[in-house]
Amino acid sequence: MAEKVDLKTVEPSAGVLPREDVLERRAKRRAEAAQNPPTVVVENLHVHYKIYGAGGATKGSATGALNRMFHRRTHNALSDVHAIKGISFVARRGESIGLIGSNGSGKSTLLRAIAGLLPAEKVGGVYTDGQPSLLGVNAALMNDLTGERNVVLGCLAMGLHPTEIKEKYQGVIDFSGIDDNGANASRRPMKTYSAGQAARLRFSIAATKLHDVLLIDEALATGDSGFQRRSEDRIRELRSNAGTVFVVSHSINSVRDICDRAIWLEAGLIRMDGDVDEVTEAYEEWSRLR
Amino acid sequence: MSGTQTVAVGQADGADSLPVADPEFTELGGTGMAAKYGLAVAGARPNPWAYAKRLWVARHFIVTWATARNQAMYSGSRLGQIWQVLTPILNVAVYYLIFGVLLGTSRGVPDFIVYLVTGVFIFNFMQTAMLYGSRAISDNLNLIRALYFPRASLPIAITIIQLQQLLIAMVILFAVALGRGEPVTWHWLMIAVALALQFVFNTGMALFVARFGAILTDTSQLLPFILRTWMYGSGVFYSIKIMVAKHPNTPGFLTWILDHNPPLVFIQLIRNQLITPPKTSDPTTAADYANAMFLPPHAWLWAVACALVFGLGGYLYFWQGEETYGRG
Repeated sequence: MAEKVDLKTVEPSAGVLPREDVLERRAKRRAEAAQNPPTVVVENLHVHYKIYGAGGATKGSATGALNRMFHRRTHNALSDVHAIKGISFVARRGESIGLIGSNGSGKSTLLRAIAGLLPAEKVGGVYTDGQPSLLGVNAALMNDLTGERNVVLGCLAMGLHPTEIKEKYQGVIDFSGIDDNGANASRRPMKTYSAGQAARLRFSIAATKLHDVLLIDEALATGDSGFQRRSEDRIRELRSNAGTVFVVSHSINSVRDICDRAIWLEAGLIRMDGDVDEVTEAYEEWSRLR
Repeated sequence: MSGTQTVAVGQADGADSLPVADPEFTELGGTGMAAKYGLAVAGARPNPWAYAKRLWVARHFIVTWATARNQAMYSGSRLGQIWQVLTPILNVAVYYLIFGVLLGTSRGVPDFIVYLVTGVFIFNFMQTAMLYGSRAISDNLNLIRALYFPRASLPIAITIIQLQQLLIAMVILFAVALGRGEPVTWHWLMIAVALALQFVFNTGMALFVARFGAILTDTSQLLPFILRTWMYGSGVFYSIKIMVAKHPNTPGFLTWILDHNPPLVFIQLIRNQLITPPKTSDPTTAADYANAMFLPPHAWLWAVACALVFGLGGYLYFWQGEETYGRG
């Protein structure tokens, strides 16, 4: 779970290499990955959300509620959002897959379904190798606590053991850079942090653990440009150690930098699946015409 | 050859998703591939025993989260953590003013202050655990949708928060008991046993209302009224026996229910350890003491049974819904 990362095996940023080399390396990686065992198999997946008090003004009102009570139309009390409408794909060890699509197309929902946070209902399903982990530690942190205590809390929430946390604690603080220049921000409550500082600490905590299947939701592009580069390098490092990486991002460039393959989702369905350049180009073309 | 070719839907707004380009998937299907490579269903609910083991693994997270939550609760106010002590004191002060002074329910009850403080604190432990427990899922939906951990962690952590607050309140209770001249005896150790049993009972109740509240979100609106009714029926500020004696027509089964009411049994068990019998030979005082301290036969056994049945029942009920909590 926590083997040392050998920095030499981590490839340099994509921008450093000439274009042909990037393409050649990617083609080689994809050909290798195609022979690897699968880590995530998604078969005819449907995900429904329930939302209370949504839609129509009458739903939340007292008369509307009374009306429902007397007419026993209980299913109307909540609106059902069919977020994923039956998709299938296979992801194998060594693949890095970008999920792209317009707002509300179901990207984040798909990640949550793979992580087992929103299990499939009745038909279809998601089969995974081990417990995929969503890089979403943000929700466990508390603004009233100091940065130090949030590091411990966040790491515990990701399932790290207290002794492991002791080992890694200083690394997390150093990577986030919040204590640089003698600022000592880690001793202050997180609510006193600037947006950038908070985002940097959150990313550092989330990126502490190595995973077999790593799911990243809009965690890129946090902080200043220096930290952004460091965080992209860290994701590459995680990718080279993890079995499979999924990335949700609205930044097409970071998807191109990090991923070999892309899946384009639109209205809960897969619109296109394949090489990252072809899919992102088609998506950009489609976005321009819209 | 997973996705080495690029595939796209032919029609612009196709109602169907893309077929999978993976030849192995086409051949075996999703379930076939899962069986071949030993893949597990994502987010599948483990059996109750394995679930308990996962909770044990998550114990550091549960306790740290509970402690952090508890400390964050008063961090916005000027007096800060002092409210941990002030809240229970003010709570008791209000009930003492209304019931002890204005309504006079203290008549015939020996050492009414210790009697009342015990009742208020012990009932409050169950009341708050259930109240916050019913919102455990809806209040923490962000956390549930972001991280995988056994969901029972949340109601359990909420009961631990209430236990931490109760322990502060117990220090106040002991101070009051000493101030009222009650002696320190070995009986005080039995209070820890009673609290441990009540903790198991309350955790079960919190787990029960947590799932119920996740299914029917109106639970947290209705529950305060149910709990208040329960409190008035649990002899928190008066003696049930003295009250029943005033109503000779009370049916037998109702008396039985009132006597065996789990929170009242926990309260009475603790009152019996704290309040010593008066040292007079006056028969009315002795009868009052016996009435006020009344415990049904085999009260300790009954307390253990309640803790086990409700603790385990709440656990199993909550566990059954494990997969559904993320959907909201």
